[in-house]
Amino acid sequence: MYGYCAVGLAKNGNLPPGAAGYGAGLGVLALLAHIAVRLRAPCADPLLLPIGVLLNGLGLVLIYRLDLETPADPAAPTQLVWSALGVTLFTVVVLLLRDHRTLQRYAYVCVAAALALLILPIFFPAVNGARIWIRIAGFSIQPGEFAKVLLAVFFAAYLAANRNALAYTGRRVWRVQLPTGRVLGPIVAVWLLNVGVLVLERDLGTSLLFFGLFVVLLYVATGRTGWIAVGLVLASFGAVAVGWLEPHVHSRVEDWLHPFASIDAGQGPNQLAQSLFAFAAGGVLGTGLGLGHSVLIGFATKSDFILATAGEELGFAGLSAIFLLYGLLVERGFRAGLALRDPFGRLLAVGLASIVALQVFVIAGGVTGLIPLTGMAMPFLAQGGSSVVTNWAIVALLIRVSDSARGQGEGRSTS
Amino acid sequence: MTRYIRHPAVLCALLLVALLVNAARVQVFEARAYDDNPANRRSAIARYERPRGDILVGRERITGSRDTGEQLRYERTYRDGPLYAPVTGFSSQVYGTTFLEHAADPLLSGTDPLLTPFPLWNDLTRRLTPGGDVVTTLDAAAQRAAYGGLRGRKGAVAAVEPSTGRILALVSTPSYDPAELSGNAGSTGRAWARLNRDPDKPMLNRAIRQTYPPGSTFKVVTAAAALDSGTVTDLDAATRSPVPYTLPGTTTALTNEGDGCEDAPLRAAFEWSCNTVFAKLGVDVGVSRMAATAQAFGFNEGGLRVPFAVARSTFDTSVDRAQLALSSIGQYNTRATPLQMAMVSAAVADDGLLRRPYLVERTTTDDGNTVGTPGVRPVRQVMSPATAMRMRELMEGVVSEGTGTNAAIPGAVVGGKTGTAQHGVGNSGTPYAWFVSWAQGERDVQPRVAVAVVVEDASAVRGDITGGGVAAPIAKAVMEAVLRSPAN
Repeated sequence: MYGYCAVGLAKNGNLPPGAAGYGAGLGVLALLAHIAVRLRAPCADPLLLPIGVLLNGLGLVLIYRLDLETPADPAAPTQLVWSALGVTLFTVVVLLLRDHRTLQRYAYVCVAAALALLILPIFFPAVNGARIWIRIAGFSIQPGEFAKVLLAVFFAAYLAANRNALAYTGRRVWRVQLPTGRVLGPIVAVWLLNVGVLVLERDLGTSLLFFGLFVVLLYVATGRTGWIAVGLVLASFGAVAVGWLEPHVHSRVEDWLHPFASIDAGQGPNQLAQSLFAFAAGGVLGTGLGLGHSVLIGFATKSDFILATAGEELGFAGLSAIFLLYGLLVERGFRAGLALRDPFGRLLAVGLASIVALQVFVIAGGVTGLIPLTGMAMPFLAQGGSSVVTNWAIVALLIRVSDSARGQGEGRSTS
Repeated sequence: MTRYIRHPAVLCALLLVALLVNAARVQVFEARAYDDNPANRRSAIARYERPRGDILVGRERITGSRDTGEQLRYERTYRDGPLYAPVTGFSSQVYGTTFLEHAADPLLSGTDPLLTPFPLWNDLTRRLTPGGDVVTTLDAAAQRAAYGGLRGRKGAVAAVEPSTGRILALVSTPSYDPAELSGNAGSTGRAWARLNRDPDKPMLNRAIRQTYPPGSTFKVVTAAAALDSGTVTDLDAATRSPVPYTLPGTTTALTNEGDGCEDAPLRAAFEWSCNTVFAKLGVDVGVSRMAATAQAFGFNEGGLRVPFAVARSTFDTSVDRAQLALSSIGQYNTRATPLQMAMVSAAVADDGLLRRPYLVERTTTDDGNTVGTPGVRPVRQVMSPATAMRMRELMEGVVSEGTGTNAAIPGAVVGGKTGTAQHGVGNSGTPYAWFVSWAQGERDVQPRVAVAVVVEDASAVRGDITGGGVAAPIAKAVMEAVLRSPAN
């Protein structure tokens, strides 16, 4: 099962040295993670870790491949270090966290940490128009990425504790039953605060993600269709308002509707048009690794637009495989949620799976012209240390949750 | 709760399907539209990713490709660029392609499906087909002789092989080096601007794209029409031609540069280029017979490609008798490209048969396998063989004792016709010196080469500039070069 990363890196065979180093590095890390899983979570879903390793390895290959086009700015070594950190975190979580329900106790610690992480970047200078990075000792970190997991934990814990109150108490107005303010208040406040901070930081992709996560968990916890309706109304209202008011977002929507407007205006193709060109150039089978020209996209090829390289060089076949891998990861998350008995675990599993699903959809839909583009990292594939570490944490939690889920059946419930 | 977990799971599945469907749309169904978008640089990158096929003269490659290591990787190079520019044209990363580089572009750039062993082969193997080569019909020695003869002057030379239509030389001066336009650097843009600004128009291909009044060389056509129509039956019988000749219906009197044209027989009139005799002859033949002969030679016929387009030569058919008289001596609206006049000479040399001229001997893949040959070319009987024989006699007379003695080659049979064409308001423009000829070597069974030379020269004094003096020596050099090379 660790042949995956070897396969991924074997494609580098015709490229200069260093490939062996990458392969060995990732292989050793994957082996360590595997041993940790075998020791501490023997009943865990056997697909989760390989999918993570495969996607991470593929991401390294793609970034390394793009490094060849930009010799002055190599990103793969840094990404490998971050991957190592991520796998280490994964191992630590799997080893130390014996039962996911422990996390329930730290719900408020989580939310406080999440808020702190979200607010922190405001004090650092903006990069490319968004204040979402902090720079420490040459490393740039995107704290919002970590906040995702923490918020998922908090939402899951709080909703698990209060779901009956949310679902069955409170006043009834027409056909909608409103929950009491005492129960709903804190969670809405936390969420508003988060989204507010993110809008201030101009990171709309992440606020969209939080919003989606919130609505999904609320629905799963209470079973009220009304939440979906309220969520959709709020979302469309917010989207239209932001789309009109924020010039940055407005231009993104315009680009989405008319990707070739800048060509007609004689300014050459914009990023989205270049991205579409790259996907189209891939066709069904792709040009083959190293033979595409996705570097024409220019800015952010290794991060937000990494999927364009995958699409051009691996083709529709490769892209479908990647999408299906994500689909498998998400499906395994939901399955763990279904199998579990405790509400917190169920909500946590659903929340984590939804994060991955929404994130993939938002960025993949964005670069292929399905929805307006919002900057976000493709999980595991894209350049970005915080993202890789966070995704490893998500997989670690899913491993833990799935281990509990499968353990129940064998009467090995750890509680 | 289980039910409510399933709902978002289904939603995620739907999102996955949406992503897959959209990816299929972009990558498979609409891919062609994106690929063909002019702002997509991929087609340009792919085009210059492999070295371009070469153009050959004999066995010598006159083009090449240089690896620049840039995004548009290979750039065109030329050997003897100015010498062959009227044939090769240029292949520029910025300004496109012209002439042979344009006409044979699919083959040279490797996109021609004939280059691959099976259809869709490259889609399977993902290999780029190397560009194929184009072997021209040019004779390097003839080309050099023509270019050397024109050096420093403005003009053009076209030479063809009468028995086949192979183009042996195609020269236009002043010329330019197409290599200057190959790349995409700033110097390319400056060279482009400079060449376009140049009043001498170095990028104009005078041999095929410029028409000139053919002047007295058109008398070959008029004489052929007169002989073929039976207007003149005896070359040595006196014609009833007054000097000066008053153009019918006008008071304009036409004169000659030399004496002895009054009632001159056709042979003498041809040798000494009597305007009066031929103007009257044209009127006697009549516009329909004149036009029919001219059109049989290729005048008024558009669409000739060698494989690039040749400008249309014209003989005005809606004329009164005075205009017909002038048209018959190559003035008024009569205009011809140098290649057209070479075709006229070739038809005389080849028993009255006109073969469509062509420039591509064969096309090959990069490893030399033949892809295409000219195949069977159409042949047209322009005049009866008997007329052609008498026309050869007339043209031989011009070289042996007439105005074209400068073109005589010892040991060879040479026929020719001089011409001096005047143009502009009141003939104020620079006159054009013409010479059309053909030559047959001692051991040859038929004429080997037919040439047309035109020289426009502002520095020459009018009247002094005659085809025999300026153009004939150039034609002689070209014919000698061809006769020296071994027959194939």
